[in-house]
Amino acid sequence: MLVLGGIGLILAGMIFGDIFAVFVLHQNAAHVGASLSAAAHAALAGDAPTVLASFQNVGGFLENRGTKVDTHVHMIDFGYLALMLAILQPWVGFGERARRRLAGVFLIGAVLLPVGVFLIHYVGLLYAPLQYIGWASIFADFGGLLVLVVTLAYLGGLFKRSGGATDTAVVDHLLAERGAPARLLLAGGVLFVLIGFLHGAYYAAVDLYRHEALDYSILSEMSAGAAGNNTAAVESSLGNYGQLQGDKAVKIAAHAHIIEFGILAILLAFFQPYVGLSDRWRRRWALLLLLGSLLLPVCVLLELRGGMIAGGLADFGGLLVIVALFAMWVGIVRYTGALDAAAREAR
Amino acid sequence: MSEARRFLILGGIALAILGMSYGLWYAVFAEHQALDGIGSSLATGFSAAAEKNSAAAQAALDQYREAKYRYDRQVDAHGHWIGLGMLLIVLGIGFDRLGFSERIKMLLARGLLAGAVLFPLGVLMQSSSHGPLPRAVAIVGSGLVIVSLAGIALGCARGDTSSPSPAG
Repeated sequence: MLVLGGIGLILAGMIFGDIFAVFVLHQNAAHVGASLSAAAHAALAGDAPTVLASFQNVGGFLENRGTKVDTHVHMIDFGYLALMLAILQPWVGFGERARRRLAGVFLIGAVLLPVGVFLIHYVGLLYAPLQYIGWASIFADFGGLLVLVVTLAYLGGLFKRSGGATDTAVVDHLLAERGAPARLLLAGGVLFVLIGFLHGAYYAAVDLYRHEALDYSILSEMSAGAAGNNTAAVESSLGNYGQLQGDKAVKIAAHAHIIEFGILAILLAFFQPYVGLSDRWRRRWALLLLLGSLLLPVCVLLELRGGMIAGGLADFGGLLVIVALFAMWVGIVRYTGALDAAAREAR
Repeated sequence: MSEARRFLILGGIALAILGMSYGLWYAVFAEHQALDGIGSSLATGFSAAAEKNSAAAQAALDQYREAKYRYDRQVDAHGHWIGLGMLLIVLGIGFDRLGFSERIKMLLARGLLAGAVLFPLGVLMQSSSHGPLPRAVAIVGSGLVIVSLAGIALGCARGDTSSPSPAG
């Protein structure tokens, strides 16, 4: 349940992310830029009501973008967590029925939160019981609470087993796997995570505070230009602000994606014995996954200079990861199907 | 389950729970108000600019800068605690494959867990203080994570010195 549900969540999150990147992200960024430009020009013309209306539009577009990013990220992260909890099942000191129920509740929460977050933009505060929080947010938070409670229960189960008198050595053949595809995924995954951390540290040291200072100074120049009727200053600030947002977005996205793909590769290394495909095909899918995992963040980083070509290659990298992951998911379905068939024959 | 592996897995799950609890609290009690504050200070700043009141515009933008600074760090702490928690779990699962002695593995596990707790904590502390201490905590934490991770990558490259064994 957790393995198939986890990979299913990751796949759904990635496909959603790809659709979002292609059909929403860039258009949304253009709308935000246009609304900010309208607000600055309204300020220049001394039209305060239009300023407020334009900022309401900016808020709406940012909410649309933010909730979709959160849907994408939470779906994938819950998928990862499901896979990790699946691997840890032999060490959880509960009975089979209790573990199955916990897995079911976990998956309900893991679906409820991203769906709730996705609906926030569309449902808003319609019939909201609270001043700031609508029904979609409440369901999303409830989903998060379910995941939290189940994770706590699993932690309790791990403590129970490791502290119990009945503790015996668990034999898990998954973790004994030493095949080439597993080694490839493990080494590649750890390397990607390390690169992601180094890039994050570089970003924090060189770009983070500079970006924050620029964000403030550009907006200050824009508003001072508008107050002083200086059209050239407003236009120049708008251009600089757009470039800053783009620079920030690609660096943070590259950092997040390479680490996430690294963790995914490490996780999939453990599941290779469950992938019911030949060794040659498992190696091919592992290579394809690593290639896509590298291509996406590198091309995202190059997007400001490489434009549409880099953006297209980044989306292609995401597609490679999705294809490889889907192939492994099919392999796991084949494997579990074969186990079920053997069990039926034995009966 | 070896000590280092148990340490990382239990520590990672506890850290993920901490990140989720903080995220849940933040989403219910603080996030909507924070986003409202960011949006309204920005709108107020540009409205004041439309009324040609530079001083009021600047004051509103100062509020925007502070609100955005706090919001970014509060969200970053949530994301990094959970992300690092999951990294600890997944590395813990495969920890017995590292080509190091138990003592070095335990040292790496402790360094990684300490860094994973300290780094987001330092980031979160920055939302209430602009002083050097929160930055120092975040830098020490991230340094510990990177050094430990480099050690783990080296251990992966050296490979398992033992033959495949039961996972218990």
